[in-house]
Formats: sequence, C-alpha cells, structure tokens
Amino acid sequence: MDTIEVEKLSKKFGELVAVNDISFTVKEGEIFGLLGPNGAGKTTTLSILTTLLPPSSGKSFVNNFDVETDKDNVRKSIGMVFQDPTLDDELTAYENMDFHGRLYGVSKEIRKSKVISLLKLVELGDRKDSLVKTFSGGMKRRLEIARGLLHEPKVLFLDEPTLGLDPQTRNKIWEYIKKLNQEKKITIIYTTHYMDEADKLCNRIAIIDHGKIIALDTSQSLKNKIGGDVIIIKTTDQKKLSHSLKDCKWCESVRVHDGSVTINVHNASKRVVEIVNLAEKNKVKIDDIIIHEPSLEDVFLYFTGKTIREQEASGIDNLRKRMMRR
Amino acid sequence: MSSAVDTLWLRTIIRYFRSKSRIIESLATPLFFLLILGFGLNSVSTIPGTGHSFIIFLIPGIITMAVLFTSVFSGIQIIWDRQFGFLKETLIAPVSRNSIMIGQTLGGATTAIIEGMIILVLSLFIGGSFPSVLGFLIAISFMVLISISFTSLGIAIASRMEDMYGFQMIMNFLIMPIFFLSGALFPLTNAPTVLKAIAYVNPLTYGVEGIRYGFLGVSAINPLISFAVLTGFCIIMVFLGGYLFNKLKV
Ligand SMILES: Nc1ncnc2c1ncn2[C@@H]1O[C@H](COP(=O)(O)OP(=O)(O)O)[C@@H](O)[C@H]1O
Ligand SMILES: [Mg+2]
Repeated sequence: MDTIEVEKLSKKFGELVAVNDISFTVKEGEIFGLLGPNGAGKTTTLSILTTLLPPSSGKSFVNNFDVETDKDNVRKSIGMVFQDPTLDDELTAYENMDFHGRLYGVSKEIRKSKVISLLKLVELGDRKDSLVKTFSGGMKRRLEIARGLLHEPKVLFLDEPTLGLDPQTRNKIWEYIKKLNQEKKITIIYTTHYMDEADKLCNRIAIIDHGKIIALDTSQSLKNKIGGDVIIIKTTDQKKLSHSLKDCKWCESVRVHDGSVTINVHNASKRVVEIVNLAEKNKVKIDDIIIHEPSLEDVFLYFTGKTIREQEASGIDNLRKRMMRR
Repeated sequence: MSSAVDTLWLRTIIRYFRSKSRIIESLATPLFFLLILGFGLNSVSTIPGTGHSFIIFLIPGIITMAVLFTSVFSGIQIIWDRQFGFLKETLIAPVSRNSIMIGQTLGGATTAIIEGMIILVLSLFIGGSFPSVLGFLIAISFMVLISISFTSLGIAIASRMEDMYGFQMIMNFLIMPIFFLSGALFPLTNAPTVLKAIAYVNPLTYGVEGIRYGFLGVSAINPLISFAVLTGFCIIMVFLGGYLFNKLKV
C-alpha cells in the first residue's frame, strides 16, 4: 500500500514555479528521501503534503486522505519536524510536549507517560523542566522530533532535520530515525541537501532540482544508472579533451565542469590508459586524474550538469537577481 | 470546550505568570499615570455634577488603560508566534483556526482582566474604594468586553502584519488615540464639543463609562447604552479577528 501519493503536483509563487509537476509515491514503512539543493522546492512540497500550503495544481494523498479536502484526517495522520524551529521558547520541554498532546486530543494519562518516555528516547529526560530557550540547536531539534511522535503519526515528515548540526548530533538523529522506522513502523519522508545522509538513511531517493524530480530510485540503482565508475581529469584544455572523446564508444557520458572533465565508464582502471593515450595524441596536458566509484554527488552531477554546491551558489545568484528586479 | 481553546488559553496564562518582569513592566505605565495625574490634579479639580475627587474619577480610566494595553499586546503576540515558528505548530494540528483564535483571545482577555484587577487593588491604597458587589460585577463585565474586543483587534492587526515594523505605528496612531480620546482621563460632561463628538464615536468610551458606572454609580452615558454599544463592537471585532486570522498564511 502507498502511504503517500503525489500526482502532477505544482506550486507557483507568482512567476516562480517552486514545484513543477512532480509525481511520486511512498510505500508504507519506507524512509523516502527528497534530495536537492537549497531552493529546489523541498520545503514547499512538504508544506503542501502537510496541508499548510494549497497546491496550484495536482493531487496528493497522505494515508489515503486528500490533503486539500480532508485536512483534519491528514493532520491526524502526520507528524512534522519543520526546517525552522516551531517550539515555544518560554515553555519547558515538558510543556511543549504536553501542549502538543492536548492539541492532538491525546488523553491526560497517555500524555503523562508518553511525554516522559519520548523525552528519554531523545535523551532530554533530565532537562524536561528546563525552558526551551536554554536549549542548543541540536536539543531543540531532538525535542521537535519527540514532539512529532507524541500522537503516534503514521507518517513523519522531517525537513532538513540535521541542518547546521554538529556531526555527533547528526549521527544521533540518524539513529533515532532508523529506530523509529524499524520499531514503530513509521513511514518517513526526509529532506536533505547532504548527499551522504540520503545515501545512508533512505530506502529510495528522489533527486529534486528547480522544482522537478529528475531521478527517483534506490541509491544503488541511481549510481548504476550513470554507467559505472567516475573518472575526473583535471586539465586546462577541457574543451579539447571532451572534443576528442566525442566518438568514444565506451564512454557513458562526458561532461566539462569546474576545471575538469568528468567521464563515466565501466572498468575505469582499464579505460583510463586509453583516455590518457588519447589525450597525449591530441596534445592535451593532464594535471591530475581521479577515479572513484560513483557517489550520489556524481549522480546529481550526471543529471543536472552541476554539483549540488554549484547549484546552490547559482540559486543564490538567481535569488539576488530576482530581488534586484523588484 | 475544544482542546485547542483551553490549550492556547493555558499557554497564555502560563507565559503570563512566568514572566514577572513583564507583569511589572505592563503595570508601570498605568500606575505612573494614576499617581502623577491623580495626585497632580486632585487638588485643583473635583468632578462637576458628582462632586467626586479627580483621583476617584480617574481610577476606572486607569483600569481601562491597563486592560486595553494588555489586550492589544496579547493579540499582537501572534506576530512573534509567527516569527518564532510556534504558530505553524498550532496551524498544522487537527484543530480549527477558529478555536485557535478563540483560545488566544480568551487567554489574552484573562491576563488583561488580571492586570485591571491588580490596578483596582493597588488603587485601594491611594484612596480608591471597593465598589458594591453589583457595581463590581458591572465593572467586570465591561472589562471582559473591552479585553475580548481589543485582543481580537490585536489578532486582526497581527494577522495582516508581516513583521514588527508596523507595531510602533499601530500603537502611536491607533491605540494611543483610542485611549486618550475615550474620556478615560477627563470628564465628558464639560468637554469641548469636538472632543465630545470624537469620544462618542470611540468604542472605548463606552467601556470606560461602563466601568465608571460600576465604581461610582454615575456616568456620562447610560450604562445600558454603553453595554449595548460595546457588545456590538466586541462582536464585530471577534468576527474581524477570526476572519483575518483564518486568511493568515504562514
Ligand atoms: N512563500 C513563498 N513566496 C515566494 N516564494 C517562495 C515562497 N516559499 C518558497 N519560495 C521559493 O520557492 C522556491 C523553493 O523553495 P523551498 O521549497 O523552500 O526550497 P528548499 O526547501 O528545497 O530549499 C525557492 O526559490 C523559494 O525562494
Ligand atoms: Mg527547505
């Protein structure tokens, strides 16, 4: 059974198309990743799925309820950890949890026992009576995750929950999420722009860029799709080298970017010799060669022609241009 | 009662009692007015017609002031909730926006009435006297109407404001004039015609006069008329606040 169905979903903000005709489904019990650079449309997608924003067009269902016409049932089915904190700083951790339980109609007895056990789960048991304004970013994030679980949602949405956290806290949060998924059978939708995170955590990953889903599969299949290994050749004559590789039959793809030429091939260790020979023949001076097995970073590069960091930088440029035009 | 109404009410009350400094801060201005104006003008004026000393006349006006400002601030609180994200937590819960708005309003109104009561008690030390039981109930019911009206107005304003920049302007050009032109600080009976005319279109005037009637047994406006006008205003404000809050986007 599919816990989430999204059909041709779009969201426009004036001229800007933040989400552009995306479709996907998430199976029950899955950890599903939405991976993409800043401004790709991840938060907007989650906002629609969690009933906070109306879509411009398209349909989506969460736990079989329509997010536009059956908001209350959708809201009862989901927990959400927003990208930015949504806690009340002037209340204690316990009170934040307790009020959440009240809003979701959790009975007093259940609230009492579950709040404590969830706070222990995220290792905040001993801080339950501290005001949230005294918490660090990581503690707040953990508290939000605990809070999102209090009403036992079928689906938990996590919008970049590890953004800006130190590696240790990130690791801890990954552990919690895996544990929740396995022990409580909660379906999890996870957005991130960290490649390694999506790789480690998610069963399937949708790569999203400029509001479009450009690839969707398991991490392994995505890596297989780009065709074997990755050879990166650093050279000043990128144009010449890529031109001379134009007729190369065993090259799955050849791309010029960022002072180097990236080539996807099977059996890289064998082919690299041929590439070097070819370069020599064409008088291309090679500065450095890097060979590695494909990562999600390479997958992103393969599908978009840019690394995720370059995409983010250009995203900020676009933003600046948009602001200036106003 | 809906779970959202009492949850948001309780939250407001807890936050109110938790920040002692803010309670004192919000009492400071009304007390300042009461002491300076009260003692400053007491010797030079008695209220014509009733013979009350000025300070006795002033006390209901200052109680109104405390209720008014606490209410507006409490409604505008929603802007902070939006900026610090907590509003999203409530909007995504399986509860209606109306119940959120009502909870917020009742919470704000409760704290405003508490502030009014504190002024009332403090005024006993400077010559004020506790009204009769009936008078007290009348005064309280007007405080309830004022506080609900103006918390709702605060929510209405907050729902339309993106950030805190407009806040000072709202205070200076809306709330301050409403207060100063309400007859809280001067008797309407002998006021110049222009001032009187303005006061009569100012809904707060009917609140001040109602509270004053509860305390002194006399007022410039018939208390039944005051009650009717203020109730009408209150209903309009609650609907306006509810309407704009329902349209609010996060
Ligand atoms: N409320 C809004 N009004 C206008 N533009 C918006 C709004 N929310 C998001 N956007 C724009 O939509 C695009 C997608 O944003 P978002 O979904 O937040 O991306 P992500 O979460 O992947 O970083 C961005 O270009 C962003 O500037
Ligand atoms: Mg985002």
